[in-house]
Amino acid sequence: MFRGIRLVPPDTKIPFMTVHKVCFAISTVITVGTILLLIFKGLNLGIDFRGGILLEVRLPQAADLSQMRSTLGGLGLGEVGLQTFGADNEVLIRLEKQEGGEQAQQVAVAKIREALGGDVTYERVEVVGPQVSAELFRDGLIAMAVALFGIMVYVWFRFEWQFGVAAMIADLHDVVATIGLFALLGLDFDLTSVAALLTIAGYSVNDTVVVFDRHRENLRKYKTMPLDQLFDLSINQTLSRTAVTSVTALLALTALYVFGGEVLRGFSIALIFGIVFGTYSSIFIATPPLLYMKLRRGTSAEEKALAETP
Amino acid sequence: MTHFPAWKIALILAVAALGALAALPNLFSRQTAEALPGWIPHRQISLGLDLQGGSHLLLDVDTGALIRERLESMVEAVRAELRTARIRYEQLGIAGSAVQVTIPEPAERARVEEILRRVDPGSEVETYEDGRITVALTEQAISERETAAVEQSLEIIRRRIDETGVREPTIQRQGRTRILVQLPGIDDPERVKRLIGKTAKMTFHLVDDGDLSQALAGRPPPGTMLLPLVEDQVAGQQPQQLLVNRRVLVSGENLISAEPTFQENEAVVSFRFDSVGARRFGEATTQNVGRLLAIVLDNQVISAPRIREPIIGGSGVISGTFTVADARDLALLLRAGALPAPLTVIEERTVGAGLGADSIEGGKLAGIVGVILVAAFMVLAYGFFGLLAIVAVVVNVILLLGALSLLQATLTLPGIAGIVLTAGMAVDANVLIYEHVREEVRQGRSALSSLDAGFSRAMTTILDSNLTTLIAGIVLYVLGSGPVRGFAVTLSIGILTTMFTAVMLTRLMVFTWYRRTRPQVLPI
Repeated sequence: MFRGIRLVPPDTKIPFMTVHKVCFAISTVITVGTILLLIFKGLNLGIDFRGGILLEVRLPQAADLSQMRSTLGGLGLGEVGLQTFGADNEVLIRLEKQEGGEQAQQVAVAKIREALGGDVTYERVEVVGPQVSAELFRDGLIAMAVALFGIMVYVWFRFEWQFGVAAMIADLHDVVATIGLFALLGLDFDLTSVAALLTIAGYSVNDTVVVFDRHRENLRKYKTMPLDQLFDLSINQTLSRTAVTSVTALLALTALYVFGGEVLRGFSIALIFGIVFGTYSSIFIATPPLLYMKLRRGTSAEEKALAETP
Repeated sequence: MTHFPAWKIALILAVAALGALAALPNLFSRQTAEALPGWIPHRQISLGLDLQGGSHLLLDVDTGALIRERLESMVEAVRAELRTARIRYEQLGIAGSAVQVTIPEPAERARVEEILRRVDPGSEVETYEDGRITVALTEQAISERETAAVEQSLEIIRRRIDETGVREPTIQRQGRTRILVQLPGIDDPERVKRLIGKTAKMTFHLVDDGDLSQALAGRPPPGTMLLPLVEDQVAGQQPQQLLVNRRVLVSGENLISAEPTFQENEAVVSFRFDSVGARRFGEATTQNVGRLLAIVLDNQVISAPRIREPIIGGSGVISGTFTVADARDLALLLRAGALPAPLTVIEERTVGAGLGADSIEGGKLAGIVGVILVAAFMVLAYGFFGLLAIVAVVVNVILLLGALSLLQATLTLPGIAGIVLTAGMAVDANVLIYEHVREEVRQGRSALSSLDAGFSRAMTTILDSNLTTLIAGIVLYVLGSGPVRGFAVTLSIGILTTMFTAVMLTRLMVFTWYRRTRPQVLPI
């Protein structure tokens, strides 16, 4: 019977710990780069967080963008962003948040509808006023903070605190790197992006926890093995699983990216990169901090824990 | 241990069958699903507005206007009371969220305080050294007023929307002063927005004979006000102003019916008052034959016809420059009643039915392709055991769909993404188990003990890794809104179904296979 191919050969002995300083350097560059990008370029906040108007319209014939630009530009509604979307008769119209409070947004939409006339189909209309966008932004930040905190507390309870801290470093690294990617590529950062980031946070910890579980097991098994060798051993032992799981998740997300339609594209990209970062961090970033935090080995508490585990 | 108690097998199969049964109605059209035999669940997954098309409107009740209005009427009440009591006062007006008046004569302040206390039971009266006395609405009074206004607005919006014939609208209060309106199947909410955007407060006033030029210069005679005539606004010019008495003869509250109709080939609205309204209207028109009667809607004069004869019957006709649609909408608004405070649309999300259907198609395709890719890869990586993982994933997705149907959770586009992602990540549990089994086999254990150890060692890890994702899912559900919440729902339910299929179903399949074949070497 077909046993499946070994994607990762058994008994790899890759010395991951020896390169950990290089990885720290790379990740520091990514993190600092993200912070600099956020300061100097900023995130391209979508309509959810910045407020504004977005219309997706279908025209009876191929769109003449320059003519539309002059028609809509003459309405005095500020900068009008136009781009074809999918087919050449489908146009995405974006307007900045209008001055003059909540009412002004609706007035602007009415003006656009009037200017475009009757033979236009409105596939999508989104209007987010200043109040709502500010609230959504706040809620998004709270959700990120609460989720990361919840995950940290969980890892803390399940492992010793050193593991909690290390998992958190890896987790933040992945979230920050993905945010950096959003800033770098200028992708729209909106509510679904926050959902993607939270999923990445969950996935990354999940990946890390599998490795940490193995660390814990090996710490009990090999009480005298030097830490760096022991960590290398665990990472190599779990490498096949890490690789297979990442590939399956990436396959599903690639399908989503290709076939899921325009709306989910940014979401799938974020998740695809998040999973790549998450895989990298659970192999290269999550474990090395443990070298620097004095892990207790072979104490009575662990003996007891060992006795309890079947 | 190959022994599975019979009840456990029955339970696992029952859950899987139940999930399949619950998911079944989604294969059919809505009509067919309704007509299914009674023992099959009929509920289909309810689609979010982003998938079925429709309009989501978040409205804010302008309670500030409400409080201002209340304060203004309190000012008038205070003025009347002080005049009746013949007390000299200065600088009566609104200061912040209070009415303020200055009483120059110290001896009278206590008496004034007494009078002011009666103006509004939900207010606090305070006297200052310099003779100022303030009447402030208490927090509680304000909040009660807000609640009453929001509740009443809900009711009136419901009536207005019901009359437009929208099917199954959702209209609910959200937060303190907000109302959420969801209109499935509506891809042009302009009419609904127009209808709910109007306060529709109608009043009848006499047109004042006073000097219009004086009033236009900013000095309207006491007891009168300037209002624009609505018809001229259409032409885009400065609207003509009309000087009308502040005193309301009759108001829209007394209407019992309003219908669009035709009079001399013109669209008009006919109305009928209740008995109180009819009596007041009768008296007013009897006393003022020959004068102009202003019909005011939301501070604009719709028309100002001359009273030719007393109107005793309590019914009449509003004419203006209406189109047929205008007349129909005005009649609808008058029937449904006036909103207690103006409403503002602060968020709108409308998706056309076509785009929604495209999204569903895209999501389905992505889901199917995703499952096929994952399946192919799993077989490549684990051979026969990969096949078992595929069965687990397919059952997993079916259970997930069944759970969504039973719970009547709303499926959104990000929710579909959650299902596809679940398919991709659920196999992780199988991967964990298989990798452990492989390790055991490498260490020279027998087939059975490798399987046994593989399952039990993978268990804690599966639990850990799924719970962390569940934490993210729950946070997203609690703090997220709209479509994102749909993602949280499918992600979280997906994790629960994954635990079931990986831990129970895969185990059952593997050990059943083992019992049947008793292999010496595992094909892994």
